[in-house]
Amino acid sequence: MRARLKMETIKLTIDNKQVEVEKGTTILNAARKMGIDIPTLCHMHLHDLNIENKPGGCRICVVEVHGRRNLSPACITKCDDGAVIRTHTPRVLNARRTVMEFILSDHPKDCLICPKSGHCDLQDMANRLGIREIPGQEIAEMSTYRKDTSPSIIRELDKCIMCRRCEMMCNEVQTVGALSAVNRGFMAVVAPAFEQNLEYSPCTYCGQCVAVCPTGALTEVDHTREVLRAIVDPTKTVVVQTAPAVRAALGEEFGMKPGTLVTGKLVAALKELGFDFVFDTDFAADLTIMEEGTELLTRVGKFLKGDKDANIPILTSCCPGWVNFFEHNFPDLKDVPSTAKSPQQMFGAIAKTYFADKINVRRQDMVVVSIMPCLAKKYESQRPEFAVDGNPDVDFSISTRELAHFIRQANIDFNNLPDMDFDRPLGESSGAGVIFGNTGGVIEAAVRTAYELHTGKKLSRLDFDELRGMEGVRQATIDFGGFPLNIGIAHGLGNARKLLDEVRAGRSKFHAIEVMACPGGCIGGGGQPLHHGDSSILKARAKAIYEEDKNKPIRVSHENPYIIQLYKEFLGEPNSEKAHHLLHTHYFDRKAKIIIKQ
Amino acid sequence: MHLLVCGGTGCRASESSLIVENLKRELEEKGLAGEVQVIMTGCFGFCEKGPVVKVMPDNTFYVQVKPEDAPVIVAGHVIKGRPVQRLLYVDPKSREHIADSKHMGFYRKQIRIALRNCGFINPENIDEYIARDGYAALGKCLSELKPSDVVDIVKKSGLRGRGGAGFPTGLKWEIASKNQADQKYVVCNADEGDPGAFMDRSVLEGDPHSVLEAMAICGYAIGASKGLIYIRAEYPLAIQRLKVAIGQAREYGLLGNNIFETDFSFDIEMRYGAGAFVCGEETALIHSMEGARGEPTNKPPFPAESGFMGKPSNVNNVETFASVPVIITKGWEWFSAIGTEKSKGTKVFALAGKINNVGLIEVPMGTTLREIIFEIGGGIKNGKKFKAVQTGGPSGGCLTEQHLDTPIDFDNLVAVGSMMGSGGMIVMDEDDCMVSIAKFFLEFTVEESCGKCAPCRIGNKRIHELLTHITKGNGTMADLDRLKNMCNVIKDTSLCGLGQTSPNPVLSTMANFMDEYVAHVTDKRCPAGSCRDLMKYSIILDKCVGCTACARGCPVNAITGERKGPHFIDQEKCIKCGACFEKCKFGAVLIN
Amino acid sequence: MGKLKTLADLKRIREETQAKLDLRIKGDSPEGLVQVKVAMATCGIASGARPIMDFFIDELDKRGIGAVVTQTGCMGYCYAEPTIEIQLPGKEPVVYGFVDRKRADEIIEKYIKNGELVEGIIPVNYEKID
Repeated sequence: MRARLKMETIKLTIDNKQVEVEKGTTILNAARKMGIDIPTLCHMHLHDLNIENKPGGCRICVVEVHGRRNLSPACITKCDDGAVIRTHTPRVLNARRTVMEFILSDHPKDCLICPKSGHCDLQDMANRLGIREIPGQEIAEMSTYRKDTSPSIIRELDKCIMCRRCEMMCNEVQTVGALSAVNRGFMAVVAPAFEQNLEYSPCTYCGQCVAVCPTGALTEVDHTREVLRAIVDPTKTVVVQTAPAVRAALGEEFGMKPGTLVTGKLVAALKELGFDFVFDTDFAADLTIMEEGTELLTRVGKFLKGDKDANIPILTSCCPGWVNFFEHNFPDLKDVPSTAKSPQQMFGAIAKTYFADKINVRRQDMVVVSIMPCLAKKYESQRPEFAVDGNPDVDFSISTRELAHFIRQANIDFNNLPDMDFDRPLGESSGAGVIFGNTGGVIEAAVRTAYELHTGKKLSRLDFDELRGMEGVRQATIDFGGFPLNIGIAHGLGNARKLLDEVRAGRSKFHAIEVMACPGGCIGGGGQPLHHGDSSILKARAKAIYEEDKNKPIRVSHENPYIIQLYKEFLGEPNSEKAHHLLHTHYFDRKAKIIIKQ
Repeated sequence: MHLLVCGGTGCRASESSLIVENLKRELEEKGLAGEVQVIMTGCFGFCEKGPVVKVMPDNTFYVQVKPEDAPVIVAGHVIKGRPVQRLLYVDPKSREHIADSKHMGFYRKQIRIALRNCGFINPENIDEYIARDGYAALGKCLSELKPSDVVDIVKKSGLRGRGGAGFPTGLKWEIASKNQADQKYVVCNADEGDPGAFMDRSVLEGDPHSVLEAMAICGYAIGASKGLIYIRAEYPLAIQRLKVAIGQAREYGLLGNNIFETDFSFDIEMRYGAGAFVCGEETALIHSMEGARGEPTNKPPFPAESGFMGKPSNVNNVETFASVPVIITKGWEWFSAIGTEKSKGTKVFALAGKINNVGLIEVPMGTTLREIIFEIGGGIKNGKKFKAVQTGGPSGGCLTEQHLDTPIDFDNLVAVGSMMGSGGMIVMDEDDCMVSIAKFFLEFTVEESCGKCAPCRIGNKRIHELLTHITKGNGTMADLDRLKNMCNVIKDTSLCGLGQTSPNPVLSTMANFMDEYVAHVTDKRCPAGSCRDLMKYSIILDKCVGCTACARGCPVNAITGERKGPHFIDQEKCIKCGACFEKCKFGAVLIN
Repeated sequence: MGKLKTLADLKRIREETQAKLDLRIKGDSPEGLVQVKVAMATCGIASGARPIMDFFIDELDKRGIGAVVTQTGCMGYCYAEPTIEIQLPGKEPVVYGFVDRKRADEIIEKYIKNGELVEGIIPVNYEKID
């Protein structure tokens, strides 16, 4: 009965054409089905992730519904049976244009130096609606706000158009609750409570707000200028590492199809830009697996022996947004996550010790730059515990988007670059290191290694499809030589919260849990090329990552010869004292940091 | 003998509590405390003449009583039976003293349904409410009527929502009753926010039980067991009276489980708002109650479908609820016999502005503006000429001379470009500039917009800026055109009722007083003489005696002239402060 | 006071309180009631107007007559105190002088109940302001 009800359809007329849609369909979706493109501004729908923003606030998508006194917003108005709708009448066009003039009258016109220029939904809409002047601009007051610069994110709220996408991401998807609408009327804006700086809020710097912001109101802190200076400085040896998710998305910035792998071109571009050594964060991902996998086996071993201090489940710790999240929200559980540093930080620690020694460069003369799909990595690299005598293990972390800008700046013809290989020794990686970029990837990589180390047997298959997918919370049980290992996976912090609440309540059945702060994992990170609400882009990136894994000759971390060499020459054993010193960390209770400060 | 002292917020602000205290002390001293009771009641409505003290059973209505008048009232009236002449109302026309309020112009045309107990009972005494047939309606519903019967009675009565849009109350109840859910809510909207309107506050202060009873009746009718009153925290007295009333009703078992030993259970909680105008919009109100930001969401879904916590909720305004119990006890036929064809019963209006009798009145639907303004309201202050009346608060429109004989009801007001709103009525006289009036109302909506949708957030601000531009004499005819377009688009595209009505003051003044707008932009002249920037001060040479008072009084030294010789005002320097006009004893300074 | 269990409970409170509110209810709409005004100025009080007023209040109530008894100032007939003014519904007011208990009883029984005029009427020679 219910299934039949769901299939109930209705008929209506849009722009003089009949259409039949499922009951409950919005006018916007019905029109799109017919190929009628009603312009939208605040609306955003990531279908596969079940994320939708529809406050009905911008009023750009208004249409004429016969019989209704006022215009109706197409994005939230459901179709009525027999409705007659017109989407582009003169009345609608006049309204849309006038509303757009209102919005632009309260928006800075400094597109020349705006970081979003060329990727700005508002700019596109102004273009589409043919706005050439704002009548009355000379007497129009603009709402102005204090600019807020945090370690990762810049908020320039003069450019906020109150689409509320960031608020939706921060509250509904991530359940972080750092951003919400404050003030009323003309001064209404999205900000942390009491209009505090982001730094004093529970913000995790996941950057999902930035990823969805249609304008230049929320952008990443740009570090390319500092990186350029370091490259120019002849006394510095500049080492760069690139995260797995970058290679699956960077091509989009240069007009390539989403999901195009550009690993070789990426290396070539970085060399062209003048980096002295071009390495791969995937190498450090393999290292993470050695450390975290060993920790997992140790803890599970204790657990099996009935040790009450076994600290099960073990939680992954490679995502800095996630680390910030539990430090803010679950500080009581700060001993539960793995103590292994993230691959970015492991890389920095090894580069500035093992590798610096190898090439005979002093720590202070080496600059480590990371290319990340992530904005929280900027903050992570600035954490004081990741520095030696004030010299950070990773000096600058720049996002995929910043790198693309940098490449364009250097006039590099990216699309026609030859494919090049990473430098050795820190550029070699296994397929396990690559899949870190996808949700479920870290735990899959860990399972591959832990299984083989634990059972001493070779895996017959390396693709754990049960751990893959886009479901927000997933679970799987892997047979570990007779012991069923229960694995939980969450991406998006709201989903992580669900699993954490279970752990806190002592009800969790999982032995190991992987958490990625961003929907889709790193491929959907806050520093990636903007998806503009198209979730098929995320799916294509995920596919590319698994593709790269498949094509790698080595697909388990512990078989990476340079990892084996690193342990032999420098670290000893996984979880050895030296490994602990360089590759592990501890967490803080940051609840107290949420303070009200003027 | 009972001495009724008004305990409404207005009269309390004029120390009516002290009047009560003094009366009690006087009576105590004269040994009459046992015989004569002093009761603090709700609002009598005649706020212009407050504080009000009414002596019963003599039915003597004292106005503008001061605490120090207590001895005279006790010695003169209570002991000697001689009404205190100087405290009686004086009819402005006949100059006669009137003791019985029924004979005053202000009360003569009123019929009090929603305000039936205000100024009569002690609102903090449930027994007095019961004595006035209180809770009999609830008893009748629970013992004789099926929920559907109750819905039917309310439907047939023709009662429409008193909060603004005038949606038929019975129909609203019917929709909520038909939506199935494990939990439903009855919500009372006490977020009265129109400037100058205080009918809801007066009902809650003067007769809180009528609202509680109606909410329980509604709960029975729609199948809800929980009631919520959303009230602004700026109404401390109303909140206190409600709290007392809820406590008493619970004690009597008129709220709580198994009321009158039936299966029906109903209880009421209070939710406090921070006084945002937009929270009078029902979806915004619900979000505010849920702890979220007070801003509206698109309708549908209507609260009757998905309201508080996503459950079917019936939201009615205070005045609407207050009318319900009498409809049940006296019957829908009685109620529907009052009023016009499509608007039944009475409506409470708050009279304010340039009118003699500022206050709260309740009249049958269909009463004309003329009756309200000139008979009940006592006409325009200081004998000035009537110019316009703004009905429906900041979302309404300005009506003029030509609308004075329109019988007021929901539909007629909309037809002439205004609305009923919650019943605010602001009267304007010849000195009011209609462009400035529109600007004043826009200032309010700019302030009160929640900021969610672009047309209301930015558009209203732009309208306000343009109106300011015009009143400064900088507007053009093209601006008027643009103004009108902005107004129409804001109405057409805004998310909620606030934005959909906020341009009404501009559009209605443009419709009725276009010549004033044109005068501002083409002649750079304000016909009402109220726009400061458009005033021009000059000195009539024939009248100027050269006393130099004006020159000495001018703060910017814009006036020059020899002693005993004529003076001149430098228009470039003049800041139009009016100091010269005030200083001149010879009427030589001319304003135009 | 505990819970009201039945409509009868409600009715009981209504009736009890209505008696207490009698003064207000009657004062609010005295048109249908017998109105008794007792002159209670110095002259009246000196001549015993207060016990006469109490007598009216008590007796009218006892005899089940809907009436409102109020006090008024000196009517100007100081020679005839205590004086009272009676207004039957729909009729002109009548003023009686030298009202003692006996005459008061007579007024209630004959005039108020049956409309028969009783001795002691003072011709009215003033006009009221309201």
